[in-house]
Amino acid sequence: MTVEAIPAQKHIIKPSRAWLDLGLRELWDYRELVYFLIWRDVKVRYKQTLFGAGWAILKPFLGMVVFSIIFGRLAGLSTDGLPGPVFYFSGLLPWILFQDGVSKSGMSLVAGRSLLTKVYFPRLAMPLASVSAGLVDLGLSFLVLLGLMIYFSTSFGGQWWAAPLFVAWGLLASIGVGLWLSALNVLYRDVSYVTPFLLQAWFFATPVVYPANLIPEGPWRLLYSLNPMAGVVQGFRWAMLGVGEAPGPLAAISFGMTILILLSGVVFFRRMERGFADVI
Amino acid sequence: MPDIVIRAEGIGKRYRIGSLQTGYQTLRDVVVDGARSVFRRGARDRGPEYIWALRDISFEVPKGQVLGIIGPNGAGKSTLLKILSRVTEPTEGYAEVIGRVGSLLEVGTGFHPELSGRENIYLNGAVLGMRRAEIRRKFDEIVSFSEVEQFIDTPVKRYSTGMQLRLAFAVAAHLEPEILLVDEVLAVGDAAFQRKCLGKMDAVAQEGRTILFVSHNMSAVERLTHETIVVEGGRIVKRAPTSEAIDYYLTIGMEQMGERLWTHDEDHTPSPFEPVALRVIGPNGAVASQVPTAEPFDIELEYKLTESITGLRVGIYLSTSKGERLLTSYDTDDLETFRSRERRPAGRYISRCRIPANWLNEGRFMLGFNASSFGVRSYFTDEFALNFSTDGTGAPGSQWPEARSGPFRPALEWEILEAVN
Repeated sequence: MTVEAIPAQKHIIKPSRAWLDLGLRELWDYRELVYFLIWRDVKVRYKQTLFGAGWAILKPFLGMVVFSIIFGRLAGLSTDGLPGPVFYFSGLLPWILFQDGVSKSGMSLVAGRSLLTKVYFPRLAMPLASVSAGLVDLGLSFLVLLGLMIYFSTSFGGQWWAAPLFVAWGLLASIGVGLWLSALNVLYRDVSYVTPFLLQAWFFATPVVYPANLIPEGPWRLLYSLNPMAGVVQGFRWAMLGVGEAPGPLAAISFGMTILILLSGVVFFRRMERGFADVI
Repeated sequence: MPDIVIRAEGIGKRYRIGSLQTGYQTLRDVVVDGARSVFRRGARDRGPEYIWALRDISFEVPKGQVLGIIGPNGAGKSTLLKILSRVTEPTEGYAEVIGRVGSLLEVGTGFHPELSGRENIYLNGAVLGMRRAEIRRKFDEIVSFSEVEQFIDTPVKRYSTGMQLRLAFAVAAHLEPEILLVDEVLAVGDAAFQRKCLGKMDAVAQEGRTILFVSHNMSAVERLTHETIVVEGGRIVKRAPTSEAIDYYLTIGMEQMGERLWTHDEDHTPSPFEPVALRVIGPNGAVASQVPTAEPFDIELEYKLTESITGLRVGIYLSTSKGERLLTSYDTDDLETFRSRERRPAGRYISRCRIPANWLNEGRFMLGFNASSFGVRSYFTDEFALNFSTDGTGAPGSQWPEARSGPFRPALEWEILEAVN
């Protein structure tokens, strides 16, 4: 009989000392597992719910309704000249990708502990799959955004083709934060309690319910752009709807932060990984 | 010279006792501990305590060998398999493993209750390292092996435990790894299923794959392996042909001279039940490691209750030297005793039972200790706490100098009748 899978390879087992072995090659070898984990997360996500995948649409939709009333009507925040619903919904799309990705991947290792302590696979696969599964939700709610844009007859931005790039950026940010949280959560279960607060604060530091130009120019703007999601949400709106500033140096800072969080996240995760099965 | 597929050199694994017990810390613990060590520096600072679960493990396994691994509970057998399957890292040492490694560490790992049997086959296969094409090719075979055809599109959460088990084993059994690590999977499932599993493992071995087989089931080890490693206290103490290794393993307990004592550390987790001793008492009233079968002898369980326990039953397991259970008996089996001893106040007790004369065969047996309240809690279990041997002098039928097979050698009442034709 033939064994066609992962070729007969030699595994060296010894205490690892390397600092900077990202293990991406191995992750690639296990890409089918990543695919299956994503597939599992997507399948399971709305099992035994009444609305099923409808929640992928309902969640941002309900958020949009609430924001329209509170921030639009009551607080009277500017919506960059766009109809409120389109403005909020377009901000919520990348935000929910990030929020779900971070909270789900943060829990992924602990939730999958029975796997983790029994079978070997690159541990990166777990948080990675949790984040990526959110793309399906994003795809569904994207259709709603198109519907809203048609309903309110909003015109497309000239750079609509760049929207996927900003989604990918949001994904990277989500993976970076998710890696940090998931590895920390193995050691300290406090992470489960901290994450909701963190995300709540992060939400208000991201231009979802207000336009970024509400932040005064100068050092504040600079500080603001350290938030990776500020760049993502602004950029996504700019690409889809053509509002706000085109990405410039501030967006570059934002992107730089994303890469920094991501790389440090991978290094930290790999560093902690060795003890996962022993302490989880 | 055959190819070596597993080579371990000086593998050791150290655990921190604290983190082993609590599992994980909260941030508060770290802060509190940190503050404490600042204020009490030098005072009673014991520092973290470590134990070596494994030490100096060196061995080689040639391609195609089925190697048994036996040893007492906590000897480090499972840790060894976890290191070889790369689930956890060794603290020291070096090992080389050539080929795809599959583990049957615990059946059902990676099943998702909400997914159907069909979906779980794919998921579980992927987790165990199979490619999609490979799973698709073997799908029908897996389904028929698992005998759950009818329910293949039902969520696994609606399966019985037995069905889940069969499905999981079916997936793992079709993994076709070059090296298969098996840890005590046969402890579960009914007899028919166990036979099926053993048969499948036999077949895997026939195909020339390398198997490492950890088990307490000595007859399974004897049946499947030719060579066996004995692990005790984190070290390999013996590697020999299986029957010799099993004999060696069983004599590890023989040094206890018919008595097994338990000591309790002060900082041990408090339990209302503390075992003190398990003894075999010979006909002369003294502790004995060997008793004659022709006379009755006693088994004594000594224990301490730190608080009163309701519905307590303290009892023994009697097993053959191969680990096959012969009987289970409790001190409150008798209905009268059961009623009068419904609540046992705190204190020190001895429960003693008598093994009748002319009852056991000549040979070696294992005794276990169990204390539990039925349906409430199991306080203490040690299935193989003590070994003892029996001497058949004067046993029924000993006029013929032959070994009798089977664990029992009772004096049965026979009648010889003149048949009327």
